[in-house]
Amino acid sequence: MSHSSIPGRPKDLKASAALGRRRRRVDMIVRTACFAATIIGVLFLISILGTLFWNGFSALSLKVFTDVTKPPGSDGGLLNPIIGSIIQTFIGTVIGTPIGLLVGTYLAEYSKASPLAHSVRFVSDILLSAPSILIGLFVYQVLVVPFGGFSGWAGCVALAIIVIPIVVRTTEDMLRLLPDTLREAVIGLGAPKWKMITLVCWRAAASGIMTGILLAVARVAGETAPLLFTSLGNLNWSLSLSAPMASLPLTIYAYAGSPYQDWIALAWAGALIITLGVLGLNIAARSLLRK
Amino acid sequence: MSQAATLNAAAPSARPARRSGSLGDVIFAAACRGAGIFVLLLLGAIIAGLFIGGWDAFRTFGPGFVTGTDWDPVQEVFGAGVSIYGTVVTAVLALIMAVPVAFGIAFYLTELAPAWLRRPVGTAVELLAAVPSIIYGMWGFFLIVPFMAQTFQPFVIDNFGEIPVIGDLFAGPPFGTGILTAAIILAIMVLPFIAAVMRDVFNTVPPVFKESAYGLGCTTWEVVRNVVLPYTRVSVVGGIMLGLGRALGETMAVTFVIGNANRISASLFGPGNTIASVVALEFGEATMGSLKLSALLGLGFILFVISFIVLSLSRFMLRQRVQK
Repeated sequence: MSHSSIPGRPKDLKASAALGRRRRRVDMIVRTACFAATIIGVLFLISILGTLFWNGFSALSLKVFTDVTKPPGSDGGLLNPIIGSIIQTFIGTVIGTPIGLLVGTYLAEYSKASPLAHSVRFVSDILLSAPSILIGLFVYQVLVVPFGGFSGWAGCVALAIIVIPIVVRTTEDMLRLLPDTLREAVIGLGAPKWKMITLVCWRAAASGIMTGILLAVARVAGETAPLLFTSLGNLNWSLSLSAPMASLPLTIYAYAGSPYQDWIALAWAGALIITLGVLGLNIAARSLLRK
Repeated sequence: MSQAATLNAAAPSARPARRSGSLGDVIFAAACRGAGIFVLLLLGAIIAGLFIGGWDAFRTFGPGFVTGTDWDPVQEVFGAGVSIYGTVVTAVLALIMAVPVAFGIAFYLTELAPAWLRRPVGTAVELLAAVPSIIYGMWGFFLIVPFMAQTFQPFVIDNFGEIPVIGDLFAGPPFGTGILTAAIILAIMVLPFIAAVMRDVFNTVPPVFKESAYGLGCTTWEVVRNVVLPYTRVSVVGGIMLGLGRALGETMAVTFVIGNANRISASLFGPGNTIASVVALEFGEATMGSLKLSALLGLGFILFVISFIVLSLSRFMLRQRVQK
């Protein structure tokens, strides 16, 4: 092809070489900036974990797990907040999971595109990202005010409301991944639909659904704001769900803001415990899904 | 498969079994549908509950409740103006800081990183999203606040404090806490959410589009700017709105570092408050049935309305990608 056959202005070799250099330079700058951004993101995580280990590890001892919270200066532990957190997280998950599972099943198996399904999906997505403090305020209004006081039960219900949309989302997504031929095979054998769902679909999607539940547990275990107005926190030893109940995040909140050095140290130990627990659950959930 | 075999074995048991099957179907379908309706009602109940709770305050102060800037529990005068301002300003500042970094991470993870690095780095960013907000609060309070007070803020005040207009942004003593510190913490918290959405939507761009651009001699950056970004524009904005929705309602971390004062200051270093931080801090002092409690629930209602609008927009924008 001869040079003159190319339409447009004749090519200025110098200018195009300069243009090429400039384009490569811009590309290089953007690449470097993006690499730096990724480094920054990872550094934040390292910094948070480093701070937690640095401050929390020295405060961590067997006493933290075996002794209850005590007034400042008398060498207490975090036993009741840990137990309280486990109880409330457990009950919250047990209440929220079946509801979320049924809703997710409804969206994936019964009604994919009806107006009702669209609104349920929409509402569930809103609940997933809605500020958790508002769920606390709501539960305060419906469970704390009428029953005359803060209680562990109210905390459990608040956490359950947070669990529901997480389980809905993963259940629906996982059930949708199943091939329709599986369903047709079961129906073709004469099995009723509910047996198809409970015995085949749920089982086939079990690891995915489990992932959702673990992620939900990890999320509510670290929630503070909704418990502030529901289970309130309790610095005395109490296992009653009808009374205010201690929890790890609330205790960290109270201790970290206090002027006492030993309480702040305990707050760091608690923060380390809860972060390791939450991140551990997340990693477990992810590896479960990958299998 | 073994399940299918047991079903097969049970099948010949004729009529009665089939009838119980259809009854089971009715019950199970009703349970699923009922659970779906329950979730709908739950959101309705949350909205209604907050509105009814805040009714006393809305009735007493009228529209002045939203615009008023006084928050005086002694005189029983409550206005949400300052906290709405603080909520919006911290969230927007956080986005201004978080979006470029999130874009960088998404760009790096989808186009630049070697394959073996993508999963560990992606997981690290996702774990950042899983850290509980109280931990961000503690980390910010004990690490970022001293850094801001001793290093960053004195440096900025010394170097930029004398410039007119810009200097006003940095007026006031370097306490470390304040609007800017809260926005920084929020930025770190919403960063992984935005980055994860951006990475996911960048991955939806058909490889053919990118390959043809590379074939024309485009550099990586040109491909992202001229092919990937236009293709994913709506979803990227949806992801940013999702981050905004998260930033608006964040409670514990902000409460630790914002300084908690009910005033609007031009300075980024000045203390402020947000709806969520006011509710979290003042709740303990509000007795049941008081006007103050009603004002706090009213604040909650306003926050819900703002988040609802932002999250709906975000979802609308992100859904378009799914339907494409």
